[in-house]
Amino acid sequence: MLTKRIIPCLDVKDGRVVKGKSFVDLRDAGDPVELADVYYKEGADELVFLDISASSEGRDTMADIVERISEKVFMPLTVGGGIHSIDNIRRILLAGADKTSLNTAAVQNPFIISEGADKFGSQCIVIAIDAKRVTDSNPLRWEVYTHGGQKPTGLDAVEWAVKAVSLGAGEILLTSMDSDGQQSGYDNELTRTISEAVNVPVIASGGAGTPQDLYNALVFGKADAVLAASILHYNDYTIKDIKEYLSQKGIPVRK
Amino acid sequence: MITIIDYGAGNLRSVLNAFAKLGYTTKVVSTPQEVYKAEALILPGVGAAGHIMQSLKALALDNAIREYINQNRHFLGICVGMQVLLSKTGENGGYNCLNIIPGNVKRFNEGLKVPHIGWNQVKQKQNHPIFNGIADETNFYFVHSYYCDPQDKTVIAGETAYGKTFCSAIIKGNMIATQFHPEKSGETGLRIYDNFIKLATGKNNSVE
Repeated sequence: MLTKRIIPCLDVKDGRVVKGKSFVDLRDAGDPVELADVYYKEGADELVFLDISASSEGRDTMADIVERISEKVFMPLTVGGGIHSIDNIRRILLAGADKTSLNTAAVQNPFIISEGADKFGSQCIVIAIDAKRVTDSNPLRWEVYTHGGQKPTGLDAVEWAVKAVSLGAGEILLTSMDSDGQQSGYDNELTRTISEAVNVPVIASGGAGTPQDLYNALVFGKADAVLAASILHYNDYTIKDIKEYLSQKGIPVRK
Repeated sequence: MITIIDYGAGNLRSVLNAFAKLGYTTKVVSTPQEVYKAEALILPGVGAAGHIMQSLKALALDNAIREYINQNRHFLGICVGMQVLLSKTGENGGYNCLNIIPGNVKRFNEGLKVPHIGWNQVKQKQNHPIFNGIADETNFYFVHSYYCDPQDKTVIAGETAYGKTFCSAIIKGNMIATQFHPEKSGETGLRIYDNFIKLATGKNNSVE
């Protein structure tokens, strides 16, 4: 049976982890390579790196980092942030990443999805959607935001997800802007709505505070995988704790 | 020499990294002459089978690989590098493959999330040294939309459940192929590569 994936997400800026766990025994907690190795050994199922560098120099650094990580860590790696062209995708994949996640670039030019899927395969093209509830919408609606959640697009999140998949996206990384950073649970209605609308795996993101929240996203949100940041970086939960909890509640996980 | 075929596969680097981590020296090749010289030949793969067949043909590697395998020399195919061993794939609108293992490559049924992405268990169907040190039903990392359906079921070395039970590993003589990605399957995945090289170099050819 396919297991549910627990995926730590690390924010990297100019080659340094800016949102990631402060492991006391690490020589350098800001080194993405060292952190990747820790999560690998802890039993993470994949890793996502979000490059939040503002400069092209910062992004050059990201490619170097991916190279170093892929020499050490034998698990799937996804890189997102600042990827705007087929050349950017190629560069990150050649560095050793397995998938690239596209957000703003895909909204601005949806054909980057089909071109990327055609050149590298759908499995390399993850579409990241930042969605926010539309106030007083009935039935509930969510709007897509780009530019790191700064810019409303007018796009309906469900329609955009369906379109992205029809163009060749192999996976949806879905972040609830309402829940992100709150640690009060994922937006399971959003996750379920998108998960039922598309036939590719959906990774729920934004809002995990307890293992129960991950359970809810997998069961009530029908997510195929859960992304976790703060719960791993700042709280007392390890991946092992979370998997133990999920396993006891009957969720198939890799141990 | 451990020889890895380069036809532009996206996961070449990960495969190289895995062998390097195990301490093996590898050679990356893209000509038939170098394929014939291999002591152990690895065909990595990710993406669409039709594309790979096109690339292999363009490099005249299709016949070289077929001949190499027909001589019962040590071969390991990974993911799409397994799928191209069959007769035909439904991918890319239907495409003829190497036809070394008679059978078709089929898309997962409607109603399932496709690609099949993530860690899933491999039920070992053959007692073979490639699985030395690896428990039955161990999780490996998969990412694929199509699966192999060989006619001769005795070549099936591993099975995995996704909607239905599908063939996730094939062994025939010295030809081994896995649908999962050992280079992305942690320490257990590395063990598959290590076992393969030990088999190919004659350092270990008995089941533990």
